[in-house]
Amino acid sequence: MRRFVDLHLRPLIKEPNQVEKMIVKSSEMGYRLIGISLPPDITLDEVRRLQKICSDAKIDLVMRADFAPKTPGELLNNLRRFRRKFEVISVMCISKPVARQAAKDRRVDLLSFSAMDLRRRFFDSAEAELASKALSCLEIDMASLLSSKGFSRIRLLSGLRKEVATARRFHVPVIISSGATNEYLMRGPYDYAFLASSFDMPLPLALRALSVDPLAIVERNREKLSPDSVAEGVRIIRRKNIV
Amino acid sequence: MRRRYLALEVIGEQPISEKDIANAIWNAILQLFGEYGASKANLTLIEYSSQKKCAIVRCSHKALEMVRASITSITEINEKPAAVHVLGVSGTLRALRKRPFW
Repeated sequence: MRRFVDLHLRPLIKEPNQVEKMIVKSSEMGYRLIGISLPPDITLDEVRRLQKICSDAKIDLVMRADFAPKTPGELLNNLRRFRRKFEVISVMCISKPVARQAAKDRRVDLLSFSAMDLRRRFFDSAEAELASKALSCLEIDMASLLSSKGFSRIRLLSGLRKEVATARRFHVPVIISSGATNEYLMRGPYDYAFLASSFDMPLPLALRALSVDPLAIVERNREKLSPDSVAEGVRIIRRKNIV
Repeated sequence: MRRRYLALEVIGEQPISEKDIANAIWNAILQLFGEYGASKANLTLIEYSSQKKCAIVRCSHKALEMVRASITSITEINEKPAAVHVLGVSGTLRALRKRPFW
């Protein structure tokens, strides 16, 4: 049975009722793992509160940070400070130099692009090649597709179609996530998979983008962040007790 | 012609009538796939319960992907935020009604 993952929920952390509603709704819709976008300065108490809500709803919580740096230097600084605090790091690429830096940095998990300004979607073949070598993934937020209408939706669909084709050509995993800020923008995994057909993403690939690929990112990062991890492929299996 | 029956859950801030839900689905198909796509869907609203906030629609089995994508894209009904979730799909109405969610 597939374990569905929604790596991008964006509730207002300061509104506990809304957070709880969205977590419970995710669980009801069949997700087993959710990523909540958290501010980098979040306190441990708030994290524990979220973990408690998630465990009550029988869902696994992934701590995720979203960065939107203006320069590559700012991105590197953010990664240096926060990489080990969060399980998933997403970068909103608002300029080409930032997009290129994010794509080639192995500490970045997800590359996301502006849904409103299509001139700022820098996922071309050069970006895809860098992302493919650094194991970064392209993230598609379905909330932007749901909330757009008319001409902006037509342009967004056209852009997504090109990006998905480029990602497939360079074997870059595509991650479909909700990006929902409220309950009305949340949909079940199969609903998203069918909606992804509107930008020519085949159903098996869309289901993979909602389960296997995001799960692989989370498992890889949890392994890296565990205290037993030494380096890639090297981990402590037993500690000698020194008396 | 083979058909598919879809059970839907309608979530909205205000009471929603049968006509509202039918219009919302038709408008969603028209927006996403145009008149040509809508003509292939063969869509009919079979049943709607305003108390349970559930509906059953019928469509051509060839247009299932298109209909599901359109239903997913509904974010407003009567200009108020709303969402429609597909609870299940079946080849016969009887089988759909036997499912636990109905």
